[in-house]
Amino acid sequence: MDQVSGNKITRALLYLSGVSVSFEGFRAINNLSLTIDHGEMRAIIGPNGAGKTTMMDIITGKTRPDEGDVLYNDGNVDLTQLDETSIANLGIGRKFQKPTVFEQHTVEDNLLLSLKADRGVWPNLFWRTTEAHRERIDEILEITKLTAHRSRMAGALSHGQKQWLEIGMLLGQDPKLLLVDEPVAGMTDAETAQTADLLRDIAKDHSVVVVEHDMDFVRALDVKVTVLHEGSVLAEGRLDQVTSDERVIEVYLGR
Amino acid sequence: MISRAIFENNVGGTIFLGILAILAVMVPVLHLAVPEDSFFHVSTSTVVVFGKYLSFALLALSLDLIWGYCGILSLGHGAFFALGGYAMGMYLKLQTSGGAPPDFMVFLNWKDLPWYWWGFDHLSFALLMVLFIPGILAFVFGYFAFRSRVTGVYLSIITQLLTYALWLSFFRNDMGFGGNNGLTDFSTIAGYSVQAPETRAALFSTTAIALMAGYLIAKAVVESKLGKVLVAIRDAESRTRFIGYRVEAYKTFVFTLAAMMAGVAGALYVPQVGIINPGEFHPANSIEMVIWVGAGGRGTLTGAALGAVLINYFKTIFTTGFLAPYWLFALGGIFILVTVFLPKGIVGTLASVDWRRWIPAKRAPADEAQLKPEPAE
Repeated sequence: MDQVSGNKITRALLYLSGVSVSFEGFRAINNLSLTIDHGEMRAIIGPNGAGKTTMMDIITGKTRPDEGDVLYNDGNVDLTQLDETSIANLGIGRKFQKPTVFEQHTVEDNLLLSLKADRGVWPNLFWRTTEAHRERIDEILEITKLTAHRSRMAGALSHGQKQWLEIGMLLGQDPKLLLVDEPVAGMTDAETAQTADLLRDIAKDHSVVVVEHDMDFVRALDVKVTVLHEGSVLAEGRLDQVTSDERVIEVYLGR
Repeated sequence: MISRAIFENNVGGTIFLGILAILAVMVPVLHLAVPEDSFFHVSTSTVVVFGKYLSFALLALSLDLIWGYCGILSLGHGAFFALGGYAMGMYLKLQTSGGAPPDFMVFLNWKDLPWYWWGFDHLSFALLMVLFIPGILAFVFGYFAFRSRVTGVYLSIITQLLTYALWLSFFRNDMGFGGNNGLTDFSTIAGYSVQAPETRAALFSTTAIALMAGYLIAKAVVESKLGKVLVAIRDAESRTRFIGYRVEAYKTFVFTLAAMMAGVAGALYVPQVGIINPGEFHPANSIEMVIWVGAGGRGTLTGAALGAVLINYFKTIFTTGFLAPYWLFALGGIFILVTVFLPKGIVGTLASVDWRRWIPAKRAPADEAQLKPEPAE
């Protein structure tokens, strides 16, 4: 264990150690160890089937690991014991690979639902949207360039706009840690560049983990990169560093 | 704020409430004050039959609340209706017997009322039970089913089993609910004869008012932020979880609320038709309710109520003539036609038409872009 201080196992925001999970004999995650510091932005790359999405499922409580530790917030919380809702309420937000917004709600209502607030049944039955909430929604609409679309049904948005709305919903939740799965899949080059700006901006006051295939995008993010392969970490470092690593070239860039 | 949400931009709802208010006043007047030979007289049978339709409308409304807005397709919703009906039936039965064990218990040689009949000689207690018994059953059932994340067709199957189990149980004589015959031969309600025209008129108006109240409650729920969460659960359940909403709590809430509304509908149904028997628990009834809601328009509230009235009206016409044996074919036909030609139901289709197009020149062309697009299916 590398970050022992006092009696704590870790001081990191997110700490995975020796995590493994198998699906019917297939080891999707194999002895994975990974640490994300407070305020850090990290890009995770890897070929298809490297376990990127499964890793996110484990962090957000969708999948329970067979073994290993998943600790959050200076090692204070054991995420393997909690369900999706509890983990979300601890401040871990997630954007899915396939954009998942509430299609039958307006853009504005999508953001309203995501705003950080009491998630209980009664407070939501007697909910009043305050001026502060409206301002926050306006702000997010501005950031995600969706102001003109606020009253449209989310289902009618373009693919790229849905991706942004989902990122906007993450902003509304104001989580400590954002897990972003392939945010630029299916985007045009211009949209990709704008998304990179948006994420860098978000990373100023949030910790962000981005899973992505698009190398130009990862380069644009300009952050530490972790390469996953067959469910464990193959290499870690700056993008130019890992892309010159022989093993990475072999499994990922394909020679 | 809630009243604004209900009347503004809600033409259908305003018309719905208006018609019910008129019916609640006019039907008793036309039934009681207008002489029987007049063209405008409303006959006893009409009052009873339409009172029954309105109680079905309230039942359909409650089903729409869970199915239309939260995606919970219950095929056992009739269980809550029947339980509310039995609670009212127990009160009416004890009115007839004067608080003593009713006739069917005498036949069973039961000397005393079983404990679960205690208190039902008071109307206020019976009315509380009309809400609580369906409510508690729905809460317990919903808590376990939703916590275990039973969804979709599996949930439909276990709701069907719930009502089937109750159907079998209530048939048993030793359950103490009159077995096969159920509860009937009612004499008075709150001291008034259930057969009296005045009582019938009052029950009709009460049902219309209950339907209005049910609509207002349901509308307030679906217009609230909680209602938006319900729709979010319907369309993307796991996304809703990842945003931090406890999906099972929301589902349990709305399932319980709908069960209580269904209980009230059952309690209004029983004194008007004069009988409650285990047949009301039959799974086929619960499936029929789903057809009412689907035909009228799922997720519209008013459509559910309209569907219930229309289909039951057809049923009455059909099953009183020579076509009676073919009713189920007709019902199946309606279901197929609606699914193919009006997938959003009657009210859903009307609501998706842009009526403003027919009102000329009030709208600036720039608004065109702001029009709500067709939601993606």
